[in-house]
Amino acid sequence: MANSPATVRAGVPARRPVRTRRNTELALVLAAVLIAVFGYIEVGVNTDGTVPPDTAWYGAALGALALVAHGVVRWRAPYADPLPLPIAVLLNGIGLVVIYRLDLATPGSSAAPTQLLWSTLGVALFIAVVVLLRDHRVLRRYAYIGALVALVLLILPIFFPPVYGSRIWIQLGPLSFQPGELAKILLAVFFAEYLAVRRDALALTGRRIRRFQLPHGRVLGPVLLIWAAFVGVLVLETDLGTSLLFFGLFVIMLYVATARSGWIAIGLFLAAVAAVGVGRFSPHVHSRVTDWLDPLGSIAAGQGPNQIAQSLFAFAWGGLLGTGLGLGHSILIGFAAKSDFILATIGEELGLVGLVSVLMLYALLVSRGFRTGIALRDPFGRLLAIGLASIVGLQVFVVAGGVLDLIPLTGMALPFVAQGGSSVVTNWIIVALLVRMSDSARRPAPEVPAQAVPEGS
Amino acid sequence: MRRRTRERSADGEPQDLPGISTTGRRAGTFCLVLIVALAAQATRVQVFQKKALDHNSANQRLTIERYSQPRGNIMVAGEPITGSAPTGGKYAYERTYTAGPTYAAVTGYSSQTYGNTQLEGIYDDLLSGTDPRLASWAVWDEVARRQQPGGDVYTTIDKAAQQAAIKGLGGQQGAVAAIEPATGRILALASTPSYDPGTFAGSSAADQQAWDRLQADTNQPMLNRALRQTYPPGSTFKVVTAAAALASGVVTDVDAPTGAPYPYVMPGTTTPLNNDTSACNEPNQSLEAAMVNSCNSVMGYLGVQVGLERMVSTAEGFGFNDARLDVPVRAARSNFDTSMNQSQVALSSIGQYDTAATPLVMAMVAAGVANNGRVMHPQLVDRLAKSDGTSVQVMHPATYRQALSPSVAGQVQQLMVDVVQNGTGRNARIAGATVGGKTGTAQHGVDNSGVPYAWFISWAKPAGSNDVPPVAVAVVIADSDATDVTGGGLAAPIARSVMQAVLGG
Repeated sequence: MANSPATVRAGVPARRPVRTRRNTELALVLAAVLIAVFGYIEVGVNTDGTVPPDTAWYGAALGALALVAHGVVRWRAPYADPLPLPIAVLLNGIGLVVIYRLDLATPGSSAAPTQLLWSTLGVALFIAVVVLLRDHRVLRRYAYIGALVALVLLILPIFFPPVYGSRIWIQLGPLSFQPGELAKILLAVFFAEYLAVRRDALALTGRRIRRFQLPHGRVLGPVLLIWAAFVGVLVLETDLGTSLLFFGLFVIMLYVATARSGWIAIGLFLAAVAAVGVGRFSPHVHSRVTDWLDPLGSIAAGQGPNQIAQSLFAFAWGGLLGTGLGLGHSILIGFAAKSDFILATIGEELGLVGLVSVLMLYALLVSRGFRTGIALRDPFGRLLAIGLASIVGLQVFVVAGGVLDLIPLTGMALPFVAQGGSSVVTNWIIVALLVRMSDSARRPAPEVPAQAVPEGS
Repeated sequence: MRRRTRERSADGEPQDLPGISTTGRRAGTFCLVLIVALAAQATRVQVFQKKALDHNSANQRLTIERYSQPRGNIMVAGEPITGSAPTGGKYAYERTYTAGPTYAAVTGYSSQTYGNTQLEGIYDDLLSGTDPRLASWAVWDEVARRQQPGGDVYTTIDKAAQQAAIKGLGGQQGAVAAIEPATGRILALASTPSYDPGTFAGSSAADQQAWDRLQADTNQPMLNRALRQTYPPGSTFKVVTAAAALASGVVTDVDAPTGAPYPYVMPGTTTPLNNDTSACNEPNQSLEAAMVNSCNSVMGYLGVQVGLERMVSTAEGFGFNDARLDVPVRAARSNFDTSMNQSQVALSSIGQYDTAATPLVMAMVAAGVANNGRVMHPQLVDRLAKSDGTSVQVMHPATYRQALSPSVAGQVQQLMVDVVQNGTGRNARIAGATVGGKTGTAQHGVDNSGVPYAWFISWAKPAGSNDVPPVAVAVVIADSDATDVTGGGLAAPIARSVMQAVLGG
């Protein structure tokens, strides 16, 4: 480790002592827990003038989860990026606070305890991934079987009754699960493996039509087929958000792997064709496009404000600084206030400042994911990290863009924040994978340069 | 360039392709651009569209906010006549009224569904707490979104006078307006049949039913007859005519013969102006006798002698033809035509033809005469205050118009005293008080087929007092079941009880 002049003279870059940044992570995690506890207290004080009696319990639960997760990272991934875990803790904490706040406004419904339970499961899976998965490249072995499992998971909800017009839920007694969430990760693993192996063939072989190089059917065919199967199933289930997400994920990963921007052009063209087609033939989608183009139209038509209008009212009411937690009226939004539209409550009660802060947390998480991908050396890991980061970024854009009337509403869970067990669990797994891969990316190479392959285990 | 070189060696990329480091960075930038687009859209909605969205008619937030705290109160004699009750619903508080029907003509209503009117409407910002004058630290309160407790509106209403007016009107259709002549302070403002604004203050189905019932009621209980309804003033207008005759010099001595013929055939017509009593049916009566007996022929004749222009200016001095008479609730415009032929002037001079007045303006006539010719601007609100009682705005008496010279006013006062002592206004006499008044029984309807309007305007002061009388009042009964509908019979007793309430207090 010594930074001796001899090594410099020899032309070998001097290795700086690697800082693990674990203490930074600890401080950030504690800060995140504190912010969440303060938010919890603020809700209580603003709604009935007292500190919620279970504040200590709640703070202890969140703190314990966060600290255990941190301890495991310290133990098993000491070189990991210090940011993903605190960001996940903070977003999850904010989500719990806002769901608790909305619980208070909806008598007879309490989603916060359930969400805390799911968060606990999510952290448990985070720990399991960090402890058990010593090297992300192990996942390559399960890429194909994973894709198959994902497809089965996606098809299953067809046999269950639709909820709010979409067949995306599996109901088992009191538990409901959205398998599309977990399928995201499996699909990202599959794409990463497939594209890592075939990127040269995809990029360089095949017939050239003018400036554009069309790859061989046997190279592109299978992946197109699988992708089409996924999107097809989702369209059948009218889960537009997830199909949009899969589509975007596929295009981004294809581009990153092959560097052919033509794919993006084709992707956008196909997306446009699909959007027009679906928009025309599905009344469900058609109404959403109409609402997007004219969110206040239903008011002029005398039908009262629709959900998008209510969402915009909530954002506007929050203004720059927000009403303060517990003091908004976002319950007017209606049935999806704790899931799809939870961002509206954040915008109303924390204001533009709070909303942009949350968006910046996502931006930070996404950029750290991309950073991990770029820093890794193996193509599979690079593509996987970039894919996972893209999932978070795209998902935030699709759901937030929907409730902010930037794009048509498709209905998706805001990562970590929205009510929904499958979503929270899945996102904790994504963060676990990013932590694991960032540990590989930042781990110093062994002292002996002769054995160049840095193995995680 | 250096980066590309390093890239190639690291990834083993072919010569012409950028590596994953480059494409990944681009893709990452794309994802961040998406999130920045969200922030931009959020800014657009939360900053630039805020106002429009907040005030969208379908947005309930402003309404919820305004009912989230008790509303300030409207006060009579230092005590609230309104209140706020928790509802347990989406709108936390709704308006209550301690004696709704008694004060409805003063307060108006404040309804979650149907809005706010009259004082409730004019001072809505103050009452609901949004008036910036309520905030001690306006800028900080705005940042902290601190809601101010609602302020209070202190009225000039005299509780005893108001109750006397409501009691006197009883089940009849009518109105009372009472004024303190020296200041213009409105002491009573009553309209019957009245309504209870508390019955539709909320937003429930029962509130809606109560509203629908009131709207459908042919008796129009929600009409404020004291301020918003005009009636032909009939003979009470003769006070104005007498004042104009004295002021213009057409009459110099109230006891001298006026030269009025009998029968008086209106100029340009063959129609004589008829009298209601035979006492009037002789020529050349004095103004004093004409007032005491309420002689149409004499007063019509005098109006014509005075002339249109002088009649108009005298009437306007008392509040006629003013379309913006705000107390601060706006009163309906009382009318005295400005373009008429002589026979129309004759009819108008006895309060018929197109002449129409609100009870408020007729109270101003009585008050102006009582206040030595100076008509004060009528005022219903004394001051506005924060919830802790500190004043936000104090209203001061203001002269509306010097309608008559003090000497002419003194002569008219004496005429009115004579009417009560010896004439048609005897029902208004009060022991121990000097009372001046004038009756009126106004024909209306097609061929005068409607039940006549019974009017009485008057003022009163303790006997022997040289001060300005503390009260002037106008009463109109628009539709009564009584068989003998005259101002002296129906309206004068009500005026008397209102004046007694003020004198006794």
